[in-house]
Amino acid sequence: MKLILGGHPAAMRSPGPRSPRPGRRRGRTAAIAGAAIAALAVAGCSSSGGSTSAPAATSASAASSASPASSAGSAQKVTLSFWSWAPDIDKVVAIWNASHPDIQVQVQVQAGGDAELTKLLTAAKAGNPPDLAQVEYQVLPTLVSNNYLANIAQYDSSLKSDFPAGNWNQVTLGTSALYGVPQDAAPMALFYRADLFKKYHLTVPTTWAQFAADAAKLHAEAPGVYLGTFSSQDPGEFAGLTQQAGAQWWSTSGSSWKVSIDSAASQKVASYWQSLVTAGGINNQPQWTAAWNKGMNNGQYIAWVSDVWAPGDMPTESPANVGKWVMTALPQWTAGASVDGNWGGSSTAVLAASKHQQAAAEFAAWLNTNPTATAALVSDSGIYPADIAAEGALTTAPSYFSNQPAFWSLAKQYAAEASPVTWGPDVDVAYSEFTSAFGGAITSKASFLSPLAQVQSAVVSDMKKSGFTVAAG
Amino acid sequence: MKQARGRTAPRLAPYAFVAPAVALFALLMLIPIGYTVFLSFEKSQVSGLGLGTGARRQVFAGWSNYASGLTDPTFLSSLLRVLVYSLILVPVMLGLALLFALLLDAQRVKFQRFARLAIFLPYAVPTVIASLLWGFLYLPTVSPFPAILARLGLSMPNLFTTNTALFSVANIGVWGGTGFNMIVIYTALRSVPSELYEAARIDGASQLQVALRIKIPMIGPALVLTGVFSVIATLQVFNEPHTLAPLTNTISPDWMPLMKIYDLAFNDQDSYEAAALSVVIAAGMFVLSYGLLRLSNKHVFQGR
Repeated sequence: MKLILGGHPAAMRSPGPRSPRPGRRRGRTAAIAGAAIAALAVAGCSSSGGSTSAPAATSASAASSASPASSAGSAQKVTLSFWSWAPDIDKVVAIWNASHPDIQVQVQVQAGGDAELTKLLTAAKAGNPPDLAQVEYQVLPTLVSNNYLANIAQYDSSLKSDFPAGNWNQVTLGTSALYGVPQDAAPMALFYRADLFKKYHLTVPTTWAQFAADAAKLHAEAPGVYLGTFSSQDPGEFAGLTQQAGAQWWSTSGSSWKVSIDSAASQKVASYWQSLVTAGGINNQPQWTAAWNKGMNNGQYIAWVSDVWAPGDMPTESPANVGKWVMTALPQWTAGASVDGNWGGSSTAVLAASKHQQAAAEFAAWLNTNPTATAALVSDSGIYPADIAAEGALTTAPSYFSNQPAFWSLAKQYAAEASPVTWGPDVDVAYSEFTSAFGGAITSKASFLSPLAQVQSAVVSDMKKSGFTVAAG
Repeated sequence: MKQARGRTAPRLAPYAFVAPAVALFALLMLIPIGYTVFLSFEKSQVSGLGLGTGARRQVFAGWSNYASGLTDPTFLSSLLRVLVYSLILVPVMLGLALLFALLLDAQRVKFQRFARLAIFLPYAVPTVIASLLWGFLYLPTVSPFPAILARLGLSMPNLFTTNTALFSVANIGVWGGTGFNMIVIYTALRSVPSELYEAARIDGASQLQVALRIKIPMIGPALVLTGVFSVIATLQVFNEPHTLAPLTNTISPDWMPLMKIYDLAFNDQDSYEAAALSVVIAAGMFVLSYGLLRLSNKHVFQGR
């Protein structure tokens, strides 16, 4: 068999993922070769913690030593490997390393959420995963069902009150176990160019009906200028929009799963975007390409359905327009309502194969709840923290949005409005099918309802094939 | 004593010499292939919600991975697509390579060394980089082509429609592969004895006649070799479409057979069916290249 040398389409997008951007499909590009090399590299790096402590002292008193394993910290120096793609995360980790000489954390920078997951699954299967990894909420069940994550409930359960219930539920999967510590919350939001909205005489939409009316008006006034794009490459974005409409793609009852991807709520969202794309006010080209970046910068796109992590991406996508973009709440289906969806967001998880789970759990808790750490996560890595206290501590708006001093208080409000989510054990299958089915429908100008049904049936048949009990739904 | 040692030593020595090669071959080829074949007959079996410890086991699957893989319509359409791709790419690429090689080999060509290097250079560009470069050229809003075409009164066609995407990807293959094949063919041309040319010239043959009647038949083996390698390489196309995929709705994650396998292994987390399809493709490749070589041995290498 020939080794497949993988490409790296991520490079084709905006140069480098600058924010903890959520699970877009195609970022998953680390090739087999890359993964294998990574697995080898990790084998060399991780769990090399071992005994570097004073060798002279041991021989004399070793036999009489009473407590063999009780003190995790004092004698043994531990080195933990940590995979993350958050920009400048090593600066945050350096703070920990300075104050914890016995538990040193080594960051191994990853390309992005999708790329990391591929490597993580491969490394875990090979038995050489890192001790800690940044893991997106929607792939936690995949990792848990493969038994790759450690249950750290005995170390970090006390953190429950530090996080919003929705985020906490995603890391416990609704069980008594704990598979990670929430890192960032990712409520969606609408971004628009205030100057161009004025130019085209548009009102900022608060409902999806108004959004559609704006799109139609814009298309009549300036064809070729768009209120956004429906991207077949962003299943996570679509998933968030359906959550807002009340869809719950996966749910459990007893020991069986229910899959409702092709539900009335999802259909409503799909038909809505199809009609906008057909009418012409919304483009149909993928996001994160060079062409999209150019459009975001030169006024071809004057609005963007995105997320509170956008400040991390904006300087790359729309560098010429600092101070012109404004964040507002995602338009609503019902006037006056305030419901939001999630696009991405991630946690810090401890791998089951780690030999130092307690130390790793300690670090995961520190990284996401310690005020110094969360402040550094915000300023260095551009992460919107899930920790409630950290959310409250955010005062200065991100520099790109200095025109909007209330940026963080709005974000906090959106986070509180985000619908709770249960992710299934094969979100990847759904996302992959989404990309190809919706891509096909857009190309052939077909209905968006059949690709939705395709995603549903692909997920159900994959789950059945693996032996999951799937209830009709 | 002396005799005994004399007898055993030569018997062991050959094994000692081939041992490293055999060990490496087993380690890097046989074991991975064996493991892939093993995986292709396994599957993962989940019990209950699949969330607790030990909820997922690897069990024997029989031929089910092969059955589901080979009946998967997306795999079949990707196979068909790669065949068409190969039919487009190989003749164009080899035709150009042969043409360039003949031109360079013809006498009185200026800038020979420069032209040779210039045609070869794209081969030195990694396919991922090449795909990124071409990708930018294909996207109308970042490409310089629309502006150039507009001056000529033309408009740029959409290079990523269902009908054109295959050509857009093949173009990258032609761009990258022509130079390498040209060098192989050119090298073969240089080894044709010059007496033949002299004889032909004395007989009054033109350059074109020399090319058609002497050169091309003489380099038959080189053409077969480049042909077989090109077919094998194009059937394994992955980098170019995989790199272009995020740019367009047209290229799906399972557009080509190897992309389908990648998608299965890393998006669907089904390394078992991916292994089964890998075995199928490897076997198909083996049969194809063996058949092509057999066929060409009969016709081209006759009497050698």
